[in-house]
Amino acid sequence: MQHATAVTATTERVEPSPKTGLAANLVPKDNLLFLLFVVPNLVLLAVFTYRPLIDNVRLSFQDWSLASPDPAKWIGLDNYREFFSKAESWQVVTVTLIFTISAVAFSMVLGLALAMLLDQNLKGRNLVRSAVFAPFVISGAAIGAAFYFVFNPQFGAVASILSWFGIESPDFYQNPGWALFLVTFTYIWKNLGYTFVIYLAALQGLNKDLDEAAAIDGTPPWRKFWRVTLPQLRPATYFLSITVLLNSLQVFDIINIMFPAGGPSAGTTTMVFDIYWQTFRNQRAGYGATIATIMFVVLLIVTVVQVRMMDRGDDK
Amino acid sequence: MKVLGYAGMVLTLLLVAVPVYFIVITSFKDRPDIFVSPATWWPPTWYPENYSYVTQEIPYWQYLRNSAIITLVTGSIKFVLGVSTAYALVFLRFPFKKLLFLVVIAALMVPNQITVISNYALMADYRNTFVGIILPLAGVAFGTFLMRNHFLSLPKEIVEAARMDGAGHLRLLFRVILPVSIPTMVAFAVITLVNEWNEYLWPFLMSDNAAVAPLPVGLTLLQNTEQGVNWGPVMAATLLTALPMLVVFLILQRQMIKGLTSGAVKG
Repeated sequence: MQHATAVTATTERVEPSPKTGLAANLVPKDNLLFLLFVVPNLVLLAVFTYRPLIDNVRLSFQDWSLASPDPAKWIGLDNYREFFSKAESWQVVTVTLIFTISAVAFSMVLGLALAMLLDQNLKGRNLVRSAVFAPFVISGAAIGAAFYFVFNPQFGAVASILSWFGIESPDFYQNPGWALFLVTFTYIWKNLGYTFVIYLAALQGLNKDLDEAAAIDGTPPWRKFWRVTLPQLRPATYFLSITVLLNSLQVFDIINIMFPAGGPSAGTTTMVFDIYWQTFRNQRAGYGATIATIMFVVLLIVTVVQVRMMDRGDDK
Repeated sequence: MKVLGYAGMVLTLLLVAVPVYFIVITSFKDRPDIFVSPATWWPPTWYPENYSYVTQEIPYWQYLRNSAIITLVTGSIKFVLGVSTAYALVFLRFPFKKLLFLVVIAALMVPNQITVISNYALMADYRNTFVGIILPLAGVAFGTFLMRNHFLSLPKEIVEAARMDGAGHLRLLFRVILPVSIPTMVAFAVITLVNEWNEYLWPFLMSDNAAVAPLPVGLTLLQNTEQGVNWGPVMAATLLTALPMLVVFLILQRQMIKGLTSGAVKG
């Protein structure tokens, strides 16, 4: 599972440590202990997370193969020029956009709808909650391999169900559009539990007084949803929009196990997959690093925009 | 509204259960019964040999063992580092603490794919070793954030009381702070274990044999060789791959959900 890394960009919500006042009572041998506690982690993060970030940019200016013993050749912006001029690059971007936007939109909307439906005292609610959330903790590789057969155009479950309605199954294996549908659907199925569980927890923390006020005013359900419920869910929506976006941009296991060669006509080649493909199968680490750098920059911009939008919303 | 609720529940259960059911029955079918169009929804003959094929012909137990090793070692390192880093950031005096915290958290923003190329170049000699797989995964940002958040929410009084009793840091940590932090620590541990068990990209790049490959990678190797031919065993293998986490989930789902929702929802 691409990690459910709980990114919260609202660092403003974390108060400055109130414990520093207490720490003042202590002897300066704080420093040694601090180093002991913090340095190992920082070193690991520095070597395996930050160093690669910088290294990646350097690599993107080179022509290098991981396998060959030849040293890397400096080629300046050639990799970038190549990326922006090739039609294949734009297809990869399109596939990524379709996958990501569908994943974010559907898993959030469906997760919220489900949470709202189940926010009542219904019998068996906990069973459904467990059932929906279970796929989230299971390996994407397992779910991918299994769903690949579920959607087999001749022998699979979907084909069988469609045949009850006299419809022939689309070719999920060879048709680029349907292949992309397959991986997207599988990802959403796997991750629905995540948005659902978070929205459910958020709904249960809602201010009941506001609901009562709306009931007394006779507010129609749709208006109530937009004006009363949704605004209160903003922290959860904000959190989810960032984490689901980040997660879906890093999906690799499902796609790789279903379409290890990138899908029919590269139909399931997202940017992440392309990075892997270019670096490890095409032996072009420099070009792979280029795609990774571009992706990271876009991600940064999108996240900054999201944070800005959220802050402006808070000022209202 | 209640009717909609029940309808929604049924639909959702179907959406989740139907694929799972199909996968299970396929895993018990012999090949001729699988290559039938349209598929049958009950095995004409039960063929549990798929499972013995998976556990004997392919090194399933080794993949399982590897997964256990990788998960436990990586998880333990992350757990210890997360708790200790968070403790230091909250209870120890040091310049630029806030900045260091932001540095740790910023690591959450760096996606997987950016780091793998360079890390692979660095660790290529350690391919197909446990060290090569575990070390780059050992740094922890999320757990640090989670534990720091929790430590900040502890009441000052218990810390003050311990200080007045003359407690040094180690005693404060082990006798006072940790005992009251157990729920959050459990959530942290559980989330980390699940994440590490399902870790895919890095182990996939760094292993391709049964000596060190974890289950998801082993499954990929199986899928690549048997794809389109041996669906029965592949389905059995996916179920066996999913089973350990499923069991853990059924026992610890409350802690898992808590671990995820803390920090996400207000309060």
